[in-house]
Amino acid sequence: MSNLRTLMFAAALGAAAPAFAEEKPVDPYTQSNANAGATPFTGEQMLAAFNGREGVARIVDDTLDRSVADPRLTDIFRATDMERLRRTLKEQVAHLLGAPVDYTGRDMKTTHKDQGINTAEFNLLVEHMQLAMDKEGVAYRHQNQLLAKLAPMKRDVVTR
Amino acid sequence: MTGKTQAVLLALTLAMTATLAQARDRETSGKLLLTGGVTSLEGAGGGGLATWATITGYETVDEVGANAHATLVQLPDYQFRAGGVAVGFRDRVEISYTRQSFDTGDTGSKLGLGQGFTFNQDIVGVKVRVLGDAVYAQDSWVPQVALGVQWKKNDKDAVITAIGGKDDSGVDYYVAATKVLLNQSLVLDGTLRATKANQTGLLGFGGNKNDDYELQFEGSAGYLVSKRLLIGAEYRSKPDNLAGLKEDDWVDIFAAYAFSKNLSVTAAYADLGTIATFKDQRGLYLSIQAGF
Ligand code: HEM
Repeated sequence: MSNLRTLMFAAALGAAAPAFAEEKPVDPYTQSNANAGATPFTGEQMLAAFNGREGVARIVDDTLDRSVADPRLTDIFRATDMERLRRTLKEQVAHLLGAPVDYTGRDMKTTHKDQGINTAEFNLLVEHMQLAMDKEGVAYRHQNQLLAKLAPMKRDVVTR
Repeated sequence: MTGKTQAVLLALTLAMTATLAQARDRETSGKLLLTGGVTSLEGAGGGGLATWATITGYETVDEVGANAHATLVQLPDYQFRAGGVAVGFRDRVEISYTRQSFDTGDTGSKLGLGQGFTFNQDIVGVKVRVLGDAVYAQDSWVPQVALGVQWKKNDKDAVITAIGGKDDSGVDYYVAATKVLLNQSLVLDGTLRATKANQTGLLGFGGNKNDDYELQFEGSAGYLVSKRLLIGAEYRSKPDNLAGLKEDDWVDIFAAYAFSKNLSVTAAYADLGTIATFKDQRGLYLSIQAGF
């Protein structure tokens, strides 16, 4: 137990210190909004269409819940630090929608390079996100506007 | 309703019921709903009148996808029917086969061809995606571009000769450019076709007025209303090769609805202009597409 506490303490002091104690440390990287992989929307309209940061948080949680529960995707997330993924994905989506939020995660290429994700899996995650956005009541044309930002990331996310 | 119409509608209904029953467990995720278009009347993946650069089926780069379609266009003086299959390989190559029938019904006797005289045409198509990405490359204006060839063979050589046509078979070459603009929820296509076909080949190829290849344009513009519904309009320019049998450009307004990835239905109101001297051929275009 004390070993664990020491470890967590050490991690908290590390270069890439996680924002929450539950998150596992990652290799050091340079933080930048450029890591979010697209230029954000300007104005407040888009964020409002997603019911603000609370709406974004619900959509991301629901997307990830659906993805992890999907037998076609479960294995991919088996070793994933979901705490960190939830936090950084919420930051990324909010940032892209124009919220005054910095994205503190890694870039898409580095993050996904060893995940072995294919096109069908990419689309499955997008479909889960569409369902999550439906549930949140986001209008279809606004959903497409966000997807227009995410779609080109396929180049970095899909490696096989 | 003629016996043939009933048979086609029955086949449509059966195909629909069978596919709906299986739709749930066969859903694949190679492509996002409707982004691959439906089946054009010449059997290639596209809109209704226009052929697109998209590769048919919901397969991805790793897979093979196939679909079958049945199409019916009910015009005031004619009935058009088509049925066929298309296979997409790795989102790169599409091979299609379609048989079109142009039933002159009662008009046949008025034209001196005989009651219910029907032109049939077999079309084999090959399409290859050469560059661009219609769906994912949303950070670029470059459309998805495909090159295609359609071999067409009509079975009414004698009548084609009699009306001034030069050939009962012909080859169309086309280049299609398609882009989904997600930020605007639009699907756009523009296609250039080098062709000699009279009424897409149903009245043969080349004619006494012109027997050279001509470049024609066909295009679609659609708005994605929801994940399942695409509405839009299409235009297709046509040659005018036969003296005395003036041919018009085609237009339609359409709605394509995807019940699932395995089943979509396209309904359109098409204006096909004058066909074989009969004017104002406007009517309902109905097409069902089932994927495997
Ligand atoms: C445009 C689509 C996607 C976006 C915007 C996205 C975003 C992210 C973000 C922000 C992270 C965390 C970065 C960090 O830890 O610094 C992440 C990690 C991850 N993503 Fe994605 N992702 C996308 C697609 C996918 C897909 C399709 C899958 C699999 C089906 C996937 C699986 C993963 C996994 C397993 C991790 C954890 C990696 C690790 O443990 O190091 N992602 N993604």
